[in-house]
Amino acid sequence: MSGVWVWIEHQDGKIAGVSLEALGAARGIAASLGEDLTAVVTGHDVSSVADAAFNYGADAVVGSDDPSLADFRLEAHGPLLAGLVEERDPTVVIAGASPRGHDLTAWIAAQLDAGQVPDGIDLGVEDGKVVVTRPVYAGKLLCDAVVSDGVQIVNLRSRAFAPAEETGGSGEAEWVEPAVAEEDIPTEVVSFESAGSQVSLTDARIIVSGGRGVGGPEGFEPIRELAQALGAAVGASRATVDAGWIPYEHQVGQTGKTVSPDLYIAAGISGAIQHQAGMRTSKIIVAINTDPEAPIFKLASYGVVGDLFDVVPALSEEFRRRLG
Amino acid sequence: MKVVVCVKQTPSTTAVFSVENGSVNWEDPGGKPNVLNPWDEYAVEEAILLQEEHGGDAIALTMGPEESQEALKTCLAMGCTEAVLVGGGDFQGSDTLGTARVLAAAIRKLGDVKIAVFGKQAIDGDTGQTPVQTAVKLGWTPLTFVSAITEVDEDAGTITVERLLPGGKETVTTKLPVVISVVKEINEPRYPSFMGIRKANRATIPTWESGDLELEGAAGVEASKVDWSNVYELPPRDSEVELIEADTPEEAARILADRLFEEKVI
Repeated sequence: MSGVWVWIEHQDGKIAGVSLEALGAARGIAASLGEDLTAVVTGHDVSSVADAAFNYGADAVVGSDDPSLADFRLEAHGPLLAGLVEERDPTVVIAGASPRGHDLTAWIAAQLDAGQVPDGIDLGVEDGKVVVTRPVYAGKLLCDAVVSDGVQIVNLRSRAFAPAEETGGSGEAEWVEPAVAEEDIPTEVVSFESAGSQVSLTDARIIVSGGRGVGGPEGFEPIRELAQALGAAVGASRATVDAGWIPYEHQVGQTGKTVSPDLYIAAGISGAIQHQAGMRTSKIIVAINTDPEAPIFKLASYGVVGDLFDVVPALSEEFRRRLG
Repeated sequence: MKVVVCVKQTPSTTAVFSVENGSVNWEDPGGKPNVLNPWDEYAVEEAILLQEEHGGDAIALTMGPEESQEALKTCLAMGCTEAVLVGGGDFQGSDTLGTARVLAAAIRKLGDVKIAVFGKQAIDGDTGQTPVQTAVKLGWTPLTFVSAITEVDEDAGTITVERLLPGGKETVTTKLPVVISVVKEINEPRYPSFMGIRKANRATIPTWESGDLELEGAAGVEASKVDWSNVYELPPRDSEVELIEADTPEEAARILADRLFEEKVI
């Protein structure tokens, strides 16, 4: 048993951010274990992805390049990865905790009856084992989980690890045949409707969020303006989503998205425990609220006690001026 | 058509947690510490909608301790036609893989199930892995992050769904039977009706134990491949809030912008 593997998620020939972070984290684990780092690339016309994986520090690339792998279908990718893991016996298999990475690691673990820890936010090595720190109970507690025997399968949450850096490395990828023939894959991807170029909440470096204090759907206008000035994504508390002021896809919190941006600006958000569960790992939190007793101030690095309808537009103006 | 909805009883969303000697405890200020996992409400609703449209059964299934009956009663009160509890000490401490083996065995025992519906994840373990793993154990196709079931063709044995993925919406068609896990966008869960609650309270929910199932592989704490025992409370955020003192919003904005540039987060 040897080797640290990273499954590379990609789009339009480029490695996804969450996979660059996985490569960065895996490099550290490989160094601690004294083992090689292998990137696993699956898809169709993916030689440029393999090249990029070498450039981002992979010692080796193994993969499969086939039309049947063009769409991400679990019945094709799952058995392929599981077969490779069974045959080559790596110590650790890492993926990003994106929907695809999540599903794929779950599949491999189930097919191989192996141990798997999802949603890692920190990794360490103790006694030759990978220790994965992950949030449990909706982020209200943490757990240091360890796979007790066999291959250790892990997926890592977006924005929790520094991405791998370009090394200028290159090499020859090793390509294998797909595990499942097209006619044996029951699923067909009929269409994909792109949501456009909106900044996704979980990948955003900056999030500006509005809460009950915005008062109504039009109250999100200044929030959006500030987000635009900062190139940020727009978040929302559950109360505003339940009230129908903004669509659910913006909800941050226990039954919404869990986010971890560099900067989280909470405007008119009191900071209920369910909201905190979704954003408390943000690097810098700014709270803007008329109520100085609001729980959000206990979490915040910076606070402004004041009306968001005064403070947020002033901030937009200030950032537009400075950021040009 | 026989539809199964796999649910879990979890701590409420308002529960406050503490950890003592490695054991997790919680209390709820509202006095209702355990609920049907909030994500599962959407799965239950979708199972009932499928039953209403296609006839047959919508069976609620859970693996858990005796008190998980309460979650199943919520499912019955909402409109599920039957409920089954899979319990007993042998399954206690199962990880997602053990749980998947047990649920797969229970679904096989129910027989002729076409669709097994799950919520996105449970708000306690928060892994979101059980639907895919149950599908693998059944040899069925998993469809995750489903935001709409657009067509179920029982005669052709096919299902078409929309999946909400980062960057867009994917439409896929596959063969029945399937395991699907649903996201919040799929529906608006109904509230239990008064009649439903009365019916649920009178219902006798069967309990299946390990002897009742043909389990492939083991479940329970011994079979778990992951040691999850090291659970602890979050370290407090070390930052003390700096309140920006200013006479005007413009001045506050200027000072705050200075700080944020100094922090290098802009």
